[in-house]
Amino acid sequence: MSKQKNDITKKKDERLRRTRLYIPGNNPAMMQNAMIYGADSLIFDLEDSIAINEKDAARFLVRNALQTLDFGEVEVTVRINPIETKYFSKDIAEIIPAKPDGILLPKTESLDDILLVDKEITRIEKEHKLKVGKIRIMPIIESAIGVLNVEEIATGPRVAAIGLGGEDLTADIGAVRTRNGKELEYISSRIILACAANKIQAIDTVFADINDLEGLYNVTVEAIEMGFQGKSIIHPSQIETVHKAFMPSKEEITKAEKIVKAYKESIKKGRGAITVDGKMIDVPVVIRAEQILKRAKAE
Amino acid sequence: MKISKNAQAGSLESCDILITVEPAKPGTGIEIKLTSPSIKQFGEMIREEIKEVVQRLEVTDVKITAIDKGSLGYCIKARTETALRRASGE
Repeated sequence: MSKQKNDITKKKDERLRRTRLYIPGNNPAMMQNAMIYGADSLIFDLEDSIAINEKDAARFLVRNALQTLDFGEVEVTVRINPIETKYFSKDIAEIIPAKPDGILLPKTESLDDILLVDKEITRIEKEHKLKVGKIRIMPIIESAIGVLNVEEIATGPRVAAIGLGGEDLTADIGAVRTRNGKELEYISSRIILACAANKIQAIDTVFADINDLEGLYNVTVEAIEMGFQGKSIIHPSQIETVHKAFMPSKEEITKAEKIVKAYKESIKKGRGAITVDGKMIDVPVVIRAEQILKRAKAE
Repeated sequence: MKISKNAQAGSLESCDILITVEPAKPGTGIEIKLTSPSIKQFGEMIREEIKEVVQRLEVTDVKITAIDKGSLGYCIKARTETALRRASGE
């Protein structure tokens, strides 16, 4: 077992990442319009969406976009190429000085992967006199070995969110990719648990059929019910549907408001246990209520 | 940086620019041939963006053909750098 962090003071990364939109890193038209779509987070991709003979072009384009374009409050991240590829070092060397909010590390398989990337980022941050530790690492779990090591991976430095790479993962374990994603249930639960234990976010895999918004809505609701805090998406048309799935119902909002109000009053009056509508309210219930209100407020 | 072969970067897609780089004889200097739908308004600016990258990479003699499709500065610079580095054999 890893050096599991039981540090309850470790501050939770509260950033909203309901939608993480992939943008091909060699497409200037999409890149410069990316912030107007309304996704919580952007991923400029240097990996799968970039042809081998265009890796250099995408790397320079993404670097310049990060240095020049204004993305407002939107989180801007870059999916670099995996550690074992010859592009990894070049990606890191060009992208880190341009100060993205985070680096997505595809095919993460162990804590050692995270430590290696952290070391590289730190070295470049120091070299360029940047604040050390600000750039986050967001591993993507895409292999069976990655799943088996996810509890360790989640403890790594800079790790803010872990993504599930459903397509590669299904291929790696020899499962069939189904529409309802039942083959990924155990894996999803394991990633969610590892993230929750380390106060970081679990992000669900992409839904490939961009024409099936009803299907997208249904799988997103299921993902939220399981504990995922965001979903990776591949097209701007998916944003609204995913955000709708994350939007709590009026009843949920009203109940959450009651709970938070009652809790605050009880603190003020120095009371212990409280009840709302005949049900006992304790801290986890208040935390869940606050999460609901935060999601509601995001709209 | 020495330009040793022809190379290209970018595309003719909207918001992009296609940069073609060719070696030039020593002493020729920086030659830029530009086509753009907004040449009157932004022609000079685009040339300057290209020239800035050429100078930063210490290229002294080069022929550049640029076909602009409404690209912004960050893209012009990225495509120029990519084409130059490819032409230098990096």
